[in-house]
Amino acid sequence: MAQSTTSLTANVTPFEAGAPVTAVAFLGDVPALALGDGAVLLMGPGGAQRIAAHPDAAILVAAKAGEKLVTGGDDGRVMLIGGDGGAQEIAYEKGKWIDALAAREDGAIAWSTGKQVHARDAKGEIKTFAAPSTVRGLAFLPKGYRIAMAHYNGASLWFPNASAAPEVFEWKGSHLDITISPDGRFLLTSMQENALHGWRIADKKDMRLSGYPAKSRSLSWSFDGQWLATSGADAGVIWPFKDKEGPMNKAPQECGARRAKVASVAFHPNALVVAQGYDDGWVLLCRLPDAAEILVRGNREGAEAAITALAWDRAGRRLLFGTADGKAGLLDMPA
Amino acid sequence: MAEKIPVTVLTGYLGAGKTTLLNRILSEDHGQKFAVIVNEFGEIGIDNDLVVGADEEVFEMNNGCICCTVRGDLIRIIEGLMKRKGKFDAIIVETTGLADPAPVAQTFFVDADVQDAARLDAVVTVADAKWLAERLKDAPEAKNQIAFADVIILNKTDLVSAEELEEVEARIRAINPYASLHKTVKCAVPLEAVLGRNAFDLDRILAIEPEFLKAEEKHDHDHAHHDHDHHGHGHHAHEHETHGLKHYHDEDMQSVALSLDGDLDPEKFMPWLNEYIQKEGASILRSKGILAFKDEPQRFVFQGVHMILDGDLQREWRPDEKRVSRLVFIGRNLKQDEIREAFLRCAA
Repeated sequence: MAQSTTSLTANVTPFEAGAPVTAVAFLGDVPALALGDGAVLLMGPGGAQRIAAHPDAAILVAAKAGEKLVTGGDDGRVMLIGGDGGAQEIAYEKGKWIDALAAREDGAIAWSTGKQVHARDAKGEIKTFAAPSTVRGLAFLPKGYRIAMAHYNGASLWFPNASAAPEVFEWKGSHLDITISPDGRFLLTSMQENALHGWRIADKKDMRLSGYPAKSRSLSWSFDGQWLATSGADAGVIWPFKDKEGPMNKAPQECGARRAKVASVAFHPNALVVAQGYDDGWVLLCRLPDAAEILVRGNREGAEAAITALAWDRAGRRLLFGTADGKAGLLDMPA
Repeated sequence: MAEKIPVTVLTGYLGAGKTTLLNRILSEDHGQKFAVIVNEFGEIGIDNDLVVGADEEVFEMNNGCICCTVRGDLIRIIEGLMKRKGKFDAIIVETTGLADPAPVAQTFFVDADVQDAARLDAVVTVADAKWLAERLKDAPEAKNQIAFADVIILNKTDLVSAEELEEVEARIRAINPYASLHKTVKCAVPLEAVLGRNAFDLDRILAIEPEFLKAEEKHDHDHAHHDHDHHGHGHHAHEHETHGLKHYHDEDMQSVALSLDGDLDPEKFMPWLNEYIQKEGASILRSKGILAFKDEPQRFVFQGVHMILDGDLQREWRPDEKRVSRLVFIGRNLKQDEIREAFLRCAA
């Protein structure tokens, strides 16, 4: 570790999630964890509350829809969970897995099972589309009611309310997660081959962001939309998107280099600070301009299993994280 | 890293009895919980809590290796299953009758996340005693499945005569002399013949040694297990009298076994092996080896699927053990003499 590292470990409240953590989020002020045993754990002011969202199943994917958490399970259910513990079934795809999920502020939700993609707008109307192959990642575009999906040999952009065929972005290989830059100019996917692929949406110009020793499965945009933090290397790899050309022909910034791989990243909601969870259970905060590091979770906290999820609250005062072996922690930033 | 979940791959041509075997495994009182990955979900009744439908989506890796095809759906499913860790003990993958086993096997070598979570235990191929000989002539998939197998269940032996059975067994051995073979009716095999084989475990290449290079002497010792069979009409009894297998040469698929007393020069052998695998990988289905390298007190063991090789130093050669380097390839149109010559040139 660099000597400049300071520690916030004393500000972390560790707790047991009880099952592998799939995703974490803040529902209003309530920390919420979506778990591999099908439960959603709410850490509200009144104490921990366990919601059996997917009984006898596992939560495979989860996303925040407004102030609620939408979860997709291997029981084929899509559930909407409120910070008060209220649960609503949104869909039931019998005998299937919910492979991918996306949601946005207004409550619109998209999910997929195999090739089938379903979009449910904020009013509850559902539209369905069959992708050319299994969909692994979904995302809403920042503008309009439009959904991006990652599949084999590329990605597609779909307007659920239009009859027009989706716009296809081709690149050979298996595309996993998908994200769109907040300004709507770039489309990026993580790939089977330890690389990200990107397209400038306007002209479909390709870009290949490579050099990762592992798959890059966690992607997070900075609040100003000018940086994309990515996992999959032994440091956080942060690509610049400020310029017209995006990161093309530019080197990424790296921070928090360690002898472990970054497994999960989350940019702070209003500062150029990225929270990085590693595959050995460490968590660091890294400040972008000067690469200064602050330790959030290290050896002494019983860390071993990978950090599988990280999320900041809206104000950026609290950071919630969970691990592959069912441990979790909540960091309260000092005032 | 926690214990890796063992994965058994069930292959077999249409109608050979894969589902029968699968249901037999699941219904036995073994106290194990399985996650079962099946194709054509819903068409066949499988009595298991955790059944996942797969779509057999095969894709090529974008890494310049033309035969590095993997099953994308398997990567996705295993990633999902890992979220339920602790709720099941093993995974069984059933493939369609027409599937090539290579992409399934390669998935476990190529994808780092899958490799961290799971290990390929064995490829088990169910073959129909009555129809296999025909299928070997007209269906390349059937031949691939036999060539690829670590365990072969030669099923429906009650539908053929002793002579026919001997014939089909010889056909199988011409392609793959190294798999353990069980003759069954209704896939009645003890569970341990199919599960927990560790056939892909480098440490266990040791365990196949008695059969390694001794294919012709191999006898089937499994008859005892079948005595309880409802359909045991006693034709097994005749088999013991027909000593020695017929020998066939399969025109297009064969195995090449190489042996060298003494040490290999790794400086010569490794470049040769890599070059050979790169050049001929498409036609090599499986490869295995136990090697004595010059000045190396440990055995080097490796195995491969097409162009993908996995090898490591395994353990010290024992003082009473002869340092012998042995190598086996199973594949199509292998140039036996060429391979042998090249191999022998790697002697230290």
